[in-house]
Amino acid sequence: MDLSTTYLGLHLPNPLVVGASPLCDDIDAVRRLEDAGAAAIVMHSLFEEQVKRERERSAADLEAHVDAFAEASSFLPRPSEFHLGPDEYLEQIRRIRAAVSMPVIGSLNGITPTGWLDYARMIEQAGAHALELNTYYIASDPTEDAVAVERRTLEIVRAVKAAVAIPITVKLSPFFSALSHFAAELDAAGADGLVLFNRFYQPDIDVVELEVRPDHHLSDPTELLLRLRWLAILSGQRPALQLAASGGIHGALDVVKAVMTGAHTVQMVSALLRHGPAHLTKVRDELQRTVEQLGYTALAEMRGCMNLARCPDTSAFERGNYLRVLHSWRDPRANGTTH
Amino acid sequence: MRTVDGNQGVASVAYRLSEVIAIYPITPSSSMGEHADEWAAAATPNLWGTIPQVAEMQSEGGAAAAVHGALQAGALATTFTASQGLLLMIPNMFKIAGELTPFVMHVSARTLATHALSIFGDHSDVMACRSTGFAMLCAGSVQEAQDFACIAHAATLRARVPFIHFFDGFRTSHEVAKIATLGDDDLRAMIDEHAVHAHREHALTPDRPVLRGSAQNPDTFFQAREAANSFYAACPEIVREEMARFGELTGRRYRPFDYTGHPDAERVIIMMGSGAKAAHELVDHLIARGERVGLLEVRLFRPFVAADFLAALPATVRAIAVLDRTKEPGAHGEPLFLDVVATLYEADRATRPRVIGGRYGLASKEFTPAMVAAVFAELAAERPRPRFTVGITDDVTHLSLPFDPEFDLEPPDVVRAVFYGLGADGTVGANKSSIKIIGEQTRQYAQGYFVYDSKKSGAVTVSHLRFGPRPIRSSYLIRQASFVAVHEWGFLDRYDVLALAAPGATLLLNAPYPAAEVWANLPRELQQTILDRKLRVFVIDALDVARRGGMNGRINMVMQTCFFALSGLFPRDEAIAHIKHELEKTYRKKGPEIIARNLAVVDDALAYLHELTIPDRVSSSRMLPPIVAAAAPDFVQRVTAVMLAGKGDSLPVSAFPVDGTWPTGTARWEKRNLAYQIPSWDERVCIQCNKCAMVCPHAAIRVKAYPPAALSGAPLTFKSIGLKAHGGDDRYTVQVAPEDCTGCGACVEVCPAKDRTNPRHKAIDMVPQAPLREAERTNFEFFLGLPEADRTIASIDVKGAQFLEPLFEYSGACAGCGETPYLKLMTQLFGDRALIANATGCSSIYGGNLPTTPYTTNRDGRGPAWANSLFEDNAEFGFGMRLGVDQHARHARDLLGGLAGQLGDELVTALVDAEQHGEVAIAAQRARVVELRRRLVTIGDLSARRLEAIADYLVRKSVWLVGGDGWAYDIGYGGLDHVLAQGRDVNILVLDTEVYSNTGGQQSKSTPLGAAAKFASAGKSVPKKDLGLLAMIYGNVYVAQVAYGAKDAQTVKAFAEADAWPGPSLIIAYSHCIAHGYDLNRGLAQQKLAVETGYWPLYRSDPRRAGAGESALQLDSNAPKGRLVDFARNETRFRLVEQQNPARFKELMARAQRGIGERYALYKHLAEPFDHGTPVTPPPEPTPDPKP
Repeated sequence: MDLSTTYLGLHLPNPLVVGASPLCDDIDAVRRLEDAGAAAIVMHSLFEEQVKRERERSAADLEAHVDAFAEASSFLPRPSEFHLGPDEYLEQIRRIRAAVSMPVIGSLNGITPTGWLDYARMIEQAGAHALELNTYYIASDPTEDAVAVERRTLEIVRAVKAAVAIPITVKLSPFFSALSHFAAELDAAGADGLVLFNRFYQPDIDVVELEVRPDHHLSDPTELLLRLRWLAILSGQRPALQLAASGGIHGALDVVKAVMTGAHTVQMVSALLRHGPAHLTKVRDELQRTVEQLGYTALAEMRGCMNLARCPDTSAFERGNYLRVLHSWRDPRANGTTH
Repeated sequence: MRTVDGNQGVASVAYRLSEVIAIYPITPSSSMGEHADEWAAAATPNLWGTIPQVAEMQSEGGAAAAVHGALQAGALATTFTASQGLLLMIPNMFKIAGELTPFVMHVSARTLATHALSIFGDHSDVMACRSTGFAMLCAGSVQEAQDFACIAHAATLRARVPFIHFFDGFRTSHEVAKIATLGDDDLRAMIDEHAVHAHREHALTPDRPVLRGSAQNPDTFFQAREAANSFYAACPEIVREEMARFGELTGRRYRPFDYTGHPDAERVIIMMGSGAKAAHELVDHLIARGERVGLLEVRLFRPFVAADFLAALPATVRAIAVLDRTKEPGAHGEPLFLDVVATLYEADRATRPRVIGGRYGLASKEFTPAMVAAVFAELAAERPRPRFTVGITDDVTHLSLPFDPEFDLEPPDVVRAVFYGLGADGTVGANKSSIKIIGEQTRQYAQGYFVYDSKKSGAVTVSHLRFGPRPIRSSYLIRQASFVAVHEWGFLDRYDVLALAAPGATLLLNAPYPAAEVWANLPRELQQTILDRKLRVFVIDALDVARRGGMNGRINMVMQTCFFALSGLFPRDEAIAHIKHELEKTYRKKGPEIIARNLAVVDDALAYLHELTIPDRVSSSRMLPPIVAAAAPDFVQRVTAVMLAGKGDSLPVSAFPVDGTWPTGTARWEKRNLAYQIPSWDERVCIQCNKCAMVCPHAAIRVKAYPPAALSGAPLTFKSIGLKAHGGDDRYTVQVAPEDCTGCGACVEVCPAKDRTNPRHKAIDMVPQAPLREAERTNFEFFLGLPEADRTIASIDVKGAQFLEPLFEYSGACAGCGETPYLKLMTQLFGDRALIANATGCSSIYGGNLPTTPYTTNRDGRGPAWANSLFEDNAEFGFGMRLGVDQHARHARDLLGGLAGQLGDELVTALVDAEQHGEVAIAAQRARVVELRRRLVTIGDLSARRLEAIADYLVRKSVWLVGGDGWAYDIGYGGLDHVLAQGRDVNILVLDTEVYSNTGGQQSKSTPLGAAAKFASAGKSVPKKDLGLLAMIYGNVYVAQVAYGAKDAQTVKAFAEADAWPGPSLIIAYSHCIAHGYDLNRGLAQQKLAVETGYWPLYRSDPRRAGAGESALQLDSNAPKGRLVDFARNETRFRLVEQQNPARFKELMARAQRGIGERYALYKHLAEPFDHGTPVTPPPEPTPDPKP
C-alpha cells in the first residue's frame, strides 16, 4: 500500500507529520518518532517576541544593580559567552538534521518585518527543509480592520517568500471572515501551502481568585470537523496550495477524513503527547489497512475525493445546517455526572 | 593605553603569572578574584599557556592554606585579599615566609574593624603583617599597582621571599585610570624562567621526597630561624634590579625609595600609597614658588633598607614629617615613623633632622594638597607638634593640624566633572563608559572615582571624573568642578549638590518639569548659588526621554549624551558617534533590539536638552527642607543630621562616642522619599489579614487595632474601619509611612483582597507618592501615636504578630529585600528582650551602617541590642552573649537566695521559679523585677546593690545569632556547628540568599545545583549543603526551614517555637535577593514556586516532639509538584547557565530535579513516627566539664 504524499516540495512516505510542539526539543524523542514512522517534523515556533523579551529581560536583570553599591559593582557573573536569541533554536534544527533523515520544517512567529525576514533566513540556513509561518495574532485592536490584518499577513508571506528559497506554508487561525478569499490571496502571494488551523492557548479564569490562567488543553477528535470543512472548501478552490490538517488528528480514520477532504499531510501532536511515539506506528498501520479496506491502492487516490469540487453534496460544507445538527446531537453524558 | 581600575590592572598581571589562584571575597579586593574567575571561565591562558585553576575557599584562612599547599606542590600561586581577610591569612603567611617560598599576594589595603567596621582604605591591615617575614611593596596609583604586581612576581621568584603587594583600597583599587598596560611579552621579559624552574625543583614530591614543617626544640629553632637571613639581605637588591629591568622595558622607572622635590630640600614628607600623589602635586607647586621641599615615597617598605633610604633623602633636610595611614594606639609612633627615626638615629650624619609623625587618611578619609600644605607648614614651625593628625578636627586631644579647605591646586586645563546619580540609574556605568571613550579614543588622560553611600535601596552615587592633557595624579575627590550633573531631582533637597560647582561651571539637571518651570521649582538657596557663581544651567526630563525610548528608568544614556554634548571635549557629532560606537560594543551580546533602543535614545536626547535663561534674581518661595525633623533627639540633630547632609567630614572628634557605642532608633529620622509610588489602602475592600505588614521589608506599612476614642483629633484623611471578627467596637487601620516606603510593591503582591466587581483594584494599590506625601506623613504621625497592642493578649500568628510594634524599621536594605521581613518579625515577637549578634554581611550593613540604623525601641525604651563582631566568629560571639547573660541571671538568682529573708520568700521564689514562656509570663516577671527593685532600695547591703545592677537579667533574654549563608555555610560553619553542639539557648537565624550577597553574589556552599554565581559562572555542579539536616542529627537542636512568601503562618510558628526551645535553634530562612536576578516584586511568587516544586521544602524539627512516639521532624509543605525548571527560568542566576550552555543547563536541572525527589523521600522517611526510646528533654544549664 502506497501511503506516500508530497508536501511543500517534499516527497514523504506517508502523511503523518509531527506538528509544532515541544516534541522537537528532545533528540531521542525525535529519533523515536522517526522510528515510529513520522514522515516529517515541524519545529515548535520560534517566537520573535519571546527572543526579544528574553533579551530585554536579561539585559535589564543583569544591569539592574550594577555600579550602585561600594562593596559590589555587580551581583551576577558576567560570562564571556552567552547566547540570547535564536541560537539554541537554530542549533536544534541542526541537531535534528544530523540525527534523523526525515525532513525538518521550521516554524516562525515574528512581530516585526525584519524579525520575520532575518529569522526566516536563519532557519533556512540552519537546514530546515521548509518553513511554516505561524501568523498567530489576536486582532484585539479596535482601530485595526480586517483588511489590515490580512494585508499584514500577505506582506509577510511575500517578503519571506522573496527572502528564502525553501517552500513556505502559512498556519492560519480559523477566525477570518472571508477565508476563501484570503486563501486565494495567500496563494497569489506565493504561499506553497496552508496549515489548517492553529490552536490557540485559550486562557481560563479562576472564579474564586479572580485571575486569568493561561491554559492549554490537548486537542480531541471533535476539533477535526472544523478542519474538514475548510480543507474541503479550500482544496477544491485552490489546488495549487498543499494543505495540512492540524488539530484533532488522533486516529487513522481522522487521517483518512483529512486526506479525503484534501489534506496532503496531517499534523499530530496531542495524540503523541498522550500516547507516545508508538501511537504513530499504530495510526500508520491502521491507516494502511483502512485505505486498503476502502478499496484504494494508494493514499493519493483518495486525496480530495470529498472536497467541494468532488463530493456529492456540497451543501453540508457550504451551509450552516445549524439547527438540524444541533437537534440531532445528544450529549452522551446527559444522564451521567456533570463535567 | 587602556582605562582600567586598579584591581583589574593588578589581577591581569597576577592571573597571567599564576597557576593556582585561591580566593575568598572581601571588599575591596573581591573584583580581583572575580576577574580571575571570569578569565579562567573564558579559558584565558596564563603566560605558560595553561588556564590557571581558580578556587574559592570557605574563608581567607582557607585561601591562604590552599595557596600554601599549591606553593609546596611547586605551583605558582597568588591570592587577593584585604582587611580582616588578611588577618586570617597571617598564620599561613608566617609559614610561607619561613619556608622561603616565592609568592605574591595582592592586597587592596583596607582598614581593620575596631570600634566599627569600615570597608574603606588605609594601611592598618598590611601593617599588622609586618612581622610575618613578607616583603612589602606599596603602589600609589593604578599604573603603579599594575607595574608593581609584575615587579613583585618577578622579584619573589628570584628572592624566595614572599611579597605583599599592596595599594590603597578604593582610592587605587577602584579608581579607573588610563594606563599603559603590560603585554604578555613585557611579562615574559620580566620573569626569570630559571627561577620558575628552581621553584618547581623545590616542590614537595614523592619523586624526590623531603619533609617540611618539622617541630624543632630549643636546641635548634633559633639558629634555623636565623638561617634565612641572607635571603632577606639579598631581597632589596633583587627588587632594585627588577625595577631597573622594568624601567628599561617600559620607560617607567621606580626605586625602593623615590625622592621628588628640591635637591637641597629642607623640609621633606615621607609616606607611601596614593596619598603621596597628592603630596607630589603640592611639592611641585611649592617648588615652583621657590620653596625647598621634597617628598620621599616609600615603595619597598619591607625589607626596609636603611642605606637606600638615606641615599634617597637629601642631605640638606632639616625637618621630616612621616605620614602613616594607620593607627597603633599606645605605640610610640606609627610604623613608618618608627623606622625612619631608627634609621636616622643610626645614620652617620653630621646633623640629625627633626622628625615628626602624623596619621592621615584612615578609612579613605580624604587626603588633599591642602593637608599636605598643612604638614609642610607645621614642619616650618619653630616647635612642630611631634605627633599629629591631618584631615580631621581633633578638638579632644588637639592633635590635628588646621588646613585650608578652600585651597585648590587643579590646573584649568583639566576638565573636572561631578555626577550625582541614583544607585540603579546607570550613572556610574555611563561614566565608566565616558572614561573609556575619552581615555581610549583621544590623547587625553582620564580618571574616574566613584563614591557610594551605604544604602542598598535608593543609594546615591557621586562620580568624580577628570580629563586632562597630562597623567592625572590627583588622588582625591574633585573640589572645584567645571561640570556638575544632578541625575535625580530629589537630591536637590537632600544634598548640597552645588557645593563643588566652580564659578562659571555648567550644571546639568534631570528635572521632572518642562524647562520653563524648572527655575520656579528650585529651592531659594540653589537659585542664589546659581546666581552667585554664575552657573550655566541645562535641563532635561531624562526619565521622559528614556521612557519614550522604552528604556524604563534607565536614564544613563540620555545623561551621558548630554554630558558629551556639553563637556566641550569633542565636537558634538564626534561625541555622539563615539557614544554610539561604544554602545554597540557594550551591548553586542545583548541583542539588536537593545542596541537599537539605546541608539534611538542617544539620537533623541539632545532635542530635549534646554539651556535655562537665568533670571537676575531669586524668585522661589521654596526653602530647603530641614535634614531631620525638629523633634529629633539632640544627638541626631548634632551628629546624624550632619552625616545625612553629606558633611560628616566636618564633625570633630568630640562629636563621637569613644568606643563605637551608638544610639539605636535613628533610621526613623532619615526621610528618604525614595518611592515614586506608595501603597494606598481601600478599607472597604480590605479583609484585615495583615499580610501587607508581614511582608513589608521596611516596616513602612503597618497595622493597628485600637479603641474608637483614640481617633479623636485624627487628621481628616486618616482612614479607619471597624475591626473585623472582634465583636467590640474597636477600629482598624492600615497605614503607610510615605517617606520611608521604597515602593517595592510587595504589599500589593501579597494582598489577597480584590474588589470583586473590579479585581484590578485591590485593598492596596500603588499610587503616586508626591500628591499624597504631605497628608500621609501627617496620617502616619498620628498612627504612630495610637495605642500599641497589648502584648499579653496578642495572638502569636501572622495577624496577631503584625499588631505588635516592629523594632526594626526603614533599613537601607534593597527595595523588596527578602531578608528583612524575618528580622522585623523577630523584633515584633521578641525585640524587647533580644540581643543580636550579627555576622558581617548584608544584614550587618543595613543593620548597622551609619548614618542611621534601623533597630529601635518601644515606648518603654526596650528594644534589640545589636552588635557585629566579625564575619567568621558570629556564632561564637552570640554564644558568648548567651553565656554572659546566663551568668548574670545565675548571679542574680544567687543573690536573691541570699537576700530572701529581706525580700520575702514569696517574691524570691516567684522570681527564681518563673517559667517565662509567652508574653503573659514575661510581663509578670517584669512586674516582679519592678517590685524587687522597689524592695531593694530599702536594703542597705552590698549584695542588694549588686542585684540592682543585674536584676533585669531575671527576665528571660532571647539571644539571636543572625547572618547570611556565607557565614553559616562557609566561613562561620565551624563555629556554628560547635555552638549547636553546646546545647545552649541560642537562636540562629540564617538569612539564606544562597550567595554572598553583600560582596556581589559569589557562590557559597548554599548556592544550589545549577545556579550561576560568581566563581560558579558556568552553573554550580555540586548540590547545596543541607545545613538543616546536619543540625537535626544532633537531636537536641530545633531546626526549621521557612519561606514567609510561601507559608507565613509556618514562619511565625517557627520563630515562636525557636525562642521557646531552651536549647539551640536554627531557622533557615529563604531570602530572595537581587543576586537572583529578577524584579523582587515577584519575590513572594517565587517563594511559593520554590516551595511548591520542592526546591525549598518547609519543615520544623522540634526535639520536644520526639520521644512522644512522634518524629521530631514535621514536613510543612506538600510533596513536590511541578517542574523545577519553571521556577528556575524565572531567575537570571539559572537562566545564565542556559544562555551559556543549554545542554549543561538541561543536565544540571535534571540532576537537581532528581535531587528534589530524593531529598523529599528522605525527609518523608525521617518524618515518619518512630519510637525514640527516651524522650529528648530540654538541656539543663550545663556545668563546665572538668578540663583535662
